[in-house]
Amino acid sequence: MANTVVSSSKFNAWFGDNHVVKDVTIGIEKNQVIAVMGPSGCGKTTFLRCINRMHELIPGATAKGSLKLYDDDVYQMNPIYVRYKIGMVFQRPNPFPNLSIYDNVIAGYKLNGLKMQKADLDNIVEKSLRSAALWNEVKDSLHKKGTFLSGGQQQRLCIARAIAMEPEVILFDEPTSALDPISTASVETLFHELKTNFTLIIVTHNMQQAARVSDKTAFFYMGELVEFDETKTMFTSPSDSRTQNYITGRFS
Amino acid sequence: MDARIGIRNTKSILFKSVIIFFAFIITIPLIIVLLYIIEKGVMQVNWHFLTHVPVPEGETGGGIANALVGSLIIVLMSSIVAIPIGMLAGIYLSENPGTKLAYYSGLCVDILQGVPSIVVGIVMYFWLVKPIGFSAISGSIALAIMMLPIVIRSTEQTLLLLPSSLKEAALSLGVPYHRVILKVVVPCGFAGILSGIILSIARIIGETAPLLFTALGNNYLSTNITKPMESLPHLIFTYATSPYDDQHDLAWGASFILLMFVLFLNIFTKLITRKWQIQL
Repeated sequence: MANTVVSSSKFNAWFGDNHVVKDVTIGIEKNQVIAVMGPSGCGKTTFLRCINRMHELIPGATAKGSLKLYDDDVYQMNPIYVRYKIGMVFQRPNPFPNLSIYDNVIAGYKLNGLKMQKADLDNIVEKSLRSAALWNEVKDSLHKKGTFLSGGQQQRLCIARAIAMEPEVILFDEPTSALDPISTASVETLFHELKTNFTLIIVTHNMQQAARVSDKTAFFYMGELVEFDETKTMFTSPSDSRTQNYITGRFS
Repeated sequence: MDARIGIRNTKSILFKSVIIFFAFIITIPLIIVLLYIIEKGVMQVNWHFLTHVPVPEGETGGGIANALVGSLIIVLMSSIVAIPIGMLAGIYLSENPGTKLAYYSGLCVDILQGVPSIVVGIVMYFWLVKPIGFSAISGSIALAIMMLPIVIRSTEQTLLLLPSSLKEAALSLGVPYHRVILKVVVPCGFAGILSGIILSIARIIGETAPLLFTALGNNYLSTNITKPMESLPHLIFTYATSPYDDQHDLAWGASFILLMFVLFLNIFTKLITRKWQIQL
């Protein structure tokens, strides 16, 4: 599997004594959309936050095991470098309220104090906003505050902010759960376009969404990775009875 | 049944009238003080008053230039000491709630806030004035101590209100912790922190007790911070208790200036919180 971008083997994570991710072994290939689903509290978000080492920022949170970005162990790398390479979009849109739309897109450069030419920055802003399908809506108001946008636009602004750093992988933590159906649809369309350049890992509560957007789906239950397979296979003939039960709505 | 409802409605109306009445009552003390000070003080204030130093007893004229300059210098020095320390400590408290250090230093901040200003003054007198003499510096340090708790608590409370998603957004972009705090968290809470700072200045500019022991007072215009220096509250204290009418007038004028200054700072704070408050 030369194409594997993110892989973990026997990966575990805890909140204090609470063992929330148990022996997860997974290999995620380049330029795919991976949906991670499972009932509440199954450890899917925790696993996602382990990938860019956001998990360890919570007091008492620990992780153990191997988690690799290509051939480098994420837990041997500097977390700051990891987060350059692995971007993240959160559940609720969280543009920086003190920055304009323009500055929000290049926040990764600006806040890190990287000096760049104005022309390069202009390029990055336009390219990222176009990739996030937001350019046409905001091109005339780039210097307004990002918080004046609607919820769906704010979320696409956050996606643009992640894209601007040109990461290898973008993690999405239930990116549409705070959005209305129309904004959700626009974000979902975006996933298809983004996968040509990035690898996307999307945590979702919504099975229909997983089925709509992903190439492969991972099903987490009680901290374990129960099944990881092609989305089609997963939703038509799951091999594990727990997956079957979840998909058919016997528990949630 | 109908009668009961009538009684209950009457009680509600009565209760509402009582709270409205007291809400109105509390504005009266300020209005009385304002009117009285304006009546007594506004006549004293003119260009001569603001630019001249007091004259010896028995002579007419003279102004409060020494106290104005002194108060500004002392408050400025206190701010230079208290604002950075207070903000940094406030950042720690908001970032690490629940730690032992946060608990105990938070407790100390609360107690410090309750320490009477005269006690701060006397401690400074023994620690600073006895070894090095009366000076504006020791006065500033005493006032800085009075300022600290307000700056710390307002910074802490402001930053605690910011959503954690803001910090996560910055961290997920690979921004190092110190930049997350300095470039994202503090700017987003800037309006709140600044209004805390301004209110703390409004609070200390009228403090008299700590200055009695430390900056002492000075009849002449002095900008030497290692020597005694006059301040507005100290000038009011000395001249209001003197037997001369001219000096009483000077004290009224100084009170008016001081009051206007505090009033201005409070209104200014309201304006910045409204204008610079960041929409989350």
